[in-house]
Amino acid sequence: MRHILAILLENEAGALSRIVGLFSQRAFNIESLTVAPTGDNSLSRITIATIGDDRVLEQIVKQVNKLVDVIKISELTDRKHVERELLLIKVAAMTDKSRTEVKRITDIFRGSIVDIGKQIYTVELTGSSEKLNAFIETLSNETEIIESVRSGCVGIARGEKALRV
Amino acid sequence: MTTELFTGAEMVVKALSALKVKYIFGYPGGSILDLYDAIFQQDEIEHILVRHEQAATHMADGYTRATGKVGVVLATSGPGATNCVTGIATAYMDSIPMVVLAGQVPTTLIGNDAFQETDIVGCTRPIVKHSFNCRNLAEIPNIIAKAFYIASTGRPGPVVVELPKDLLIPQNKAPFNIEINVKMRSYNPNIKGHPKQIRKAAKTISEAKRLVIYSGGGIILADASQLLTTLVETLKAPITNTLMGLGGISGKHENFIGMLGMHGSIEANKTMANADVILALGARFDDRVTNNVEKFCPNATIIHVDIDPTSISKTINAHIPVVGLVDIVMQQLLDELNAINFSPDEEALKDWWQQIHLWRDMRSVSYKQVAGEKIKPQRVIEAMYKITNGEAYVASDVGQHQMFAAQFYPFAKPRQWINSGGAGTMGFGLPAAMGVKLAFPDKHVICITGDGSIQMNIQELSTCKQYNLPVVIITLNNRSLGMVRQWQDMVYGGRHSSSYMESLPDFCKVAEAYGHVGIKIDTLDELDAKLEQAFRIKNKLVFVDVLVDEKEHVYPMHIRQGGIDEMWIEKGIKA
Repeated sequence: MRHILAILLENEAGALSRIVGLFSQRAFNIESLTVAPTGDNSLSRITIATIGDDRVLEQIVKQVNKLVDVIKISELTDRKHVERELLLIKVAAMTDKSRTEVKRITDIFRGSIVDIGKQIYTVELTGSSEKLNAFIETLSNETEIIESVRSGCVGIARGEKALRV
Repeated sequence: MTTELFTGAEMVVKALSALKVKYIFGYPGGSILDLYDAIFQQDEIEHILVRHEQAATHMADGYTRATGKVGVVLATSGPGATNCVTGIATAYMDSIPMVVLAGQVPTTLIGNDAFQETDIVGCTRPIVKHSFNCRNLAEIPNIIAKAFYIASTGRPGPVVVELPKDLLIPQNKAPFNIEINVKMRSYNPNIKGHPKQIRKAAKTISEAKRLVIYSGGGIILADASQLLTTLVETLKAPITNTLMGLGGISGKHENFIGMLGMHGSIEANKTMANADVILALGARFDDRVTNNVEKFCPNATIIHVDIDPTSISKTINAHIPVVGLVDIVMQQLLDELNAINFSPDEEALKDWWQQIHLWRDMRSVSYKQVAGEKIKPQRVIEAMYKITNGEAYVASDVGQHQMFAAQFYPFAKPRQWINSGGAGTMGFGLPAAMGVKLAFPDKHVICITGDGSIQMNIQELSTCKQYNLPVVIITLNNRSLGMVRQWQDMVYGGRHSSSYMESLPDFCKVAEAYGHVGIKIDTLDELDAKLEQAFRIKNKLVFVDVLVDEKEHVYPMHIRQGGIDEMWIEKGIKA
């Protein structure tokens, strides 16, 4: 099962490598990982999407929590939450038909075309990882995908619940 | 008024003094010379010069296991630091507090593949509790204070502090500020058991018919053996120890049923397998204890007390997890048992003990010594026990001799038995014994070892000479790597691939060359007298080379992939 973990940790040199090292050392899976400082510069926030059964997940949460730099860890997928991922994708737009189709599909998915080259459109789309998958699949039926990059997902709990110091 | 300024090297020394450090174990080199210069100019802290950095880590480790004080290691950058890796891993696996100060090339050269540059923080990341890269001179004292705090609290472990050379040189100075009472927002070791879990545990214990207590190294680390003994006597239950937990309760206590696990006693493993409640205290259900986890104690309700939540339900699911320091939780349990007016179910206990005594009568931990035949290694341990009245510190290397010592030397007290349990590091024994001897010069300190292990740090005989550390080294010399050979006999069709030690030196002459005394024993007749002679020599290291029967195997032994109580009790005979 897929889980999204939000981790608040000290913004110290080496903190990220401790997290990544832990996952490889203990053979835990990382589907995606994103990291950036928070509003408080002394803190970083990491979002990890991982796959594992309940037993593995329990170990992941405990092991991450055990790292000295980690302040808090919370599993987002076990409660209501908002999940987003950013996609930038470069597609071939050589014919009128393909240009129209790319524009139309982008509108339907509420993305935006952020760059236009002679024969290439670059599209930006934000949404759940599932939505991004659907978008890429739809586009690939209409035109050639030249390059794509995904941010990995970030998430936040709905309602009052907050991950803070 | 001007603030006094200090170099980084002076700060390290001042911080260590403030933390009441008495000894540093280390080896100098280029990037750390400024610190050695600062050590030279003071006399509060004594530096012990080893002959290989690995030995420095094991010596600090032995010192810590015997005293409970954090051991400090000092090594230069590059190979000096990487030589510490095995010792750091050894301490990590057994949760031993240790602070390793590692030199580093100047910050301006880091990342340039400079001479003797190794990313030691990177190298050791999977085997430390935490590590620090110092990049600012003024931070040094507080980083060292934090390193000690992290190493010694919660589940203890090694901490590495990397010190780049430009932070130590005389040209750079800063004021010295240190906060000894460390507080960290990201690290608060949870110390008290949750009251709800305590109530559940006490209720389960009070209803148990076949309770067993299974205690590990956590009891030793928490100095909780007295409380453990009280708990055992309150519950009147059988208690078994892990390899790391030996001495947690006296090996002669009537409720003690021996070590459990791969080479544990039949009564310990059978008791575990047939228990209805297992109270695990500071133990981690290691694979050398459980055997096949699928078959592990299927009928037991497991109460697992540990300071480290990751140890709970990692290999074996705990029905009642209790996270907390084991001494505090045991006191909570005793209070709760008192509150619910606990009194042991005497009838159930009678049946349970009757059964246990039947298992004990199998005398699974035994051997046969025939007069006139080669000396059995177990016989040597028994002689050693008798002569030292069971009061010696025994530091062990890794292999058959380690298991024989664990089986045949019942330890009366915690911290008496010093061995590399989790990592199984050959070469640990001698330097660890040296660390113990340094702390307790008036006690008998034995290094029990084999002809394989002793050669992995034999150069430390020189350190022993320099610092007058008269440990008694007892080598169970079977001219082979005994434990490897045993597995080859049992699992690999008797093919002794590379387990035979050809060209062994004359160990007595080696010891004499270093200025020590060598005693060779090769017949049973002379064993007791010569061993006694070895222990009578107080002011010199004695290397006792005992030629033992190379065909002897360690029994009992788990049958691979079986349940915890499925064992070979001797060749071809199952329990």
